[in-house]
Amino acid sequence: MSTALLEANGVCKRFGGVRALHKVSLTIHQGEIYGLIGPNGAGKTTLFNVLTGLYGASSGGFNFAGAPLDIGAPHLVAKAGIARTFQNIRLFANMTALENVMVGRHLRTHAGVIGAVLFNAATRAEEHAIQRRAVELLHYVGIADRANDLARNLSYGDQRRLEIARALATDPKLLALDEPAAGMNATETAALRTLVRGLRADGLTILLIEHDVKLVMGLCDRIAVLDYGEMIAEDVPEKVQRNPKVIEAYLGT
Amino acid sequence: MDIFFQQIVNGLTLGSLYAIVALGYTMVYGIIQLINFAHGEVVMFGAMIALSVVSTASGSGFPPLAAVLVGILAAIPACMTLGYLLERVAYRPLRRAPRLAPLITAIGMSIVLQQVAMMIWSRNVLSFPQNLPVILYEVAGASISALQIAIIGLCLTMMAGLAFVVYRTRLGAAMRATAENPEIARLMGVDVDRVIAATFVIGAALAAVAGLLVGIYYGLAHYTMGATLGMKAFSAAVLGGIGNIPGAMVGGILLGLVEALGAGYIGDFTDLCQYGIFDAIFQARCADGGNLVLFGSNYQDVFAFVVLILVLVFRPSGLLGERVAERA
Repeated sequence: MSTALLEANGVCKRFGGVRALHKVSLTIHQGEIYGLIGPNGAGKTTLFNVLTGLYGASSGGFNFAGAPLDIGAPHLVAKAGIARTFQNIRLFANMTALENVMVGRHLRTHAGVIGAVLFNAATRAEEHAIQRRAVELLHYVGIADRANDLARNLSYGDQRRLEIARALATDPKLLALDEPAAGMNATETAALRTLVRGLRADGLTILLIEHDVKLVMGLCDRIAVLDYGEMIAEDVPEKVQRNPKVIEAYLGT
Repeated sequence: MDIFFQQIVNGLTLGSLYAIVALGYTMVYGIIQLINFAHGEVVMFGAMIALSVVSTASGSGFPPLAAVLVGILAAIPACMTLGYLLERVAYRPLRRAPRLAPLITAIGMSIVLQQVAMMIWSRNVLSFPQNLPVILYEVAGASISALQIAIIGLCLTMMAGLAFVVYRTRLGAAMRATAENPEIARLMGVDVDRVIAATFVIGAALAAVAGLLVGIYYGLAHYTMGATLGMKAFSAAVLGGIGNIPGAMVGGILLGLVEALGAGYIGDFTDLCQYGIFDAIFQARCADGGNLVLFGSNYQDVFAFVVLILVLVFRPSGLLGERVAERA
């Protein structure tokens, strides 16, 4: 059995009287592709938002890479090694593709005001390294030829890829993808599948929210199912598919 | 024609000073949609600190240029600290407050800084040591001083430097990302608070140099000098499109030109004698080449605000519009 990378321990999130997440506990192992599915409004994106520090948890918390995860501020979560993409694409629309990825490198680099003004050798070297790495990542996701285009001018599929490249730029251990295939055509989805497999092969752990059941079943090692904020199943795809609770949640009674 | 060229040079000098102050307003607005009304006071502090240091240095035998250099080296870090403290004390605690709150604090900080400056440097108009050699070049009938050339050159260099920082460095990318969407920037690992602080600090550094240059150019400094200068630079930022960096540069220089040309020509245009229609009334005044000028060059300060009003009425988004891409 591989080691746990992320553990959620009884995570609860309430919005006023609404119970968006209730005692969600799950374990994602190192090197796994872990799927998170559930009907609309089940709390999948809420879990992402709590995990990445956008909202505080009402109770419960996370362990990440063997230590408690500080979800007090998003940049601290990113620093710990969790990066995400968004269900509705949220790029810096008026910056180029390359610049979007460079922003992701911010975390792993240092030069501040003094460096930017003096632009000394160390800063220059760092800027070169940032740019080189950003170009590499654009190559990796296959949109290097669009590096100098504004993000808003990229095609939908390319924007999704750019979001992944930007997330990768933060050097994550865990990459959380929020419905990456939403709105993609069959070809783009197939390319996405190859990309995600490649990421895992390169040592990343993937947490995937997805509506496309075929994609999830084909891609994920294990799957958790959320319904009304509660986890109703966590297992390998074949078993989840046959789980009566899951069938009930999806089909209704 | 020689007046025209002369006023162009004067306008460029003034305009480039407005531009670097306007950049401070526009950068802060671009990133947190706040008008930092205390920015003019940072310029004033720059001038005051520089004046004190330059006077002391000159008094203890530094050659004039070296004294100015020491002044600038003292004013920049002092103003950067001041800019940082402003953000930390007056604006950061109000990050999530309604927009009116930080605006009021900004005005409050401006009053506080003026009063502090008054206590430190007295209410008198202080004069800069006038020991820099005055070198004049005659070009096309206009006389251009070495100081003017130095001011224009220095300001343009700083603008180029700022553009480089904003569009070509890690910090600049983070600034633009924060301007566009602070929440996502945070999720991508950008420490947004630090980036905002850096924006204030950079703006304050530009303000420090502007303060010193204004002080040397006019030969004096006063604890209220930041108010008018700040309002004019703010007008320049609005003229170019508040939040827009190239806009602040263009707006500043344009405003300087408008002011200089306006001051140069308003007297001629409003000389009632030349129109001949009031001869009957003003016969006595206009006889023998006399004149009756309605508005003189002392109306110079009005132009900036007329421009501000016109922009707000006819093109509220400014000349270069509010292209979000250019915000930082």
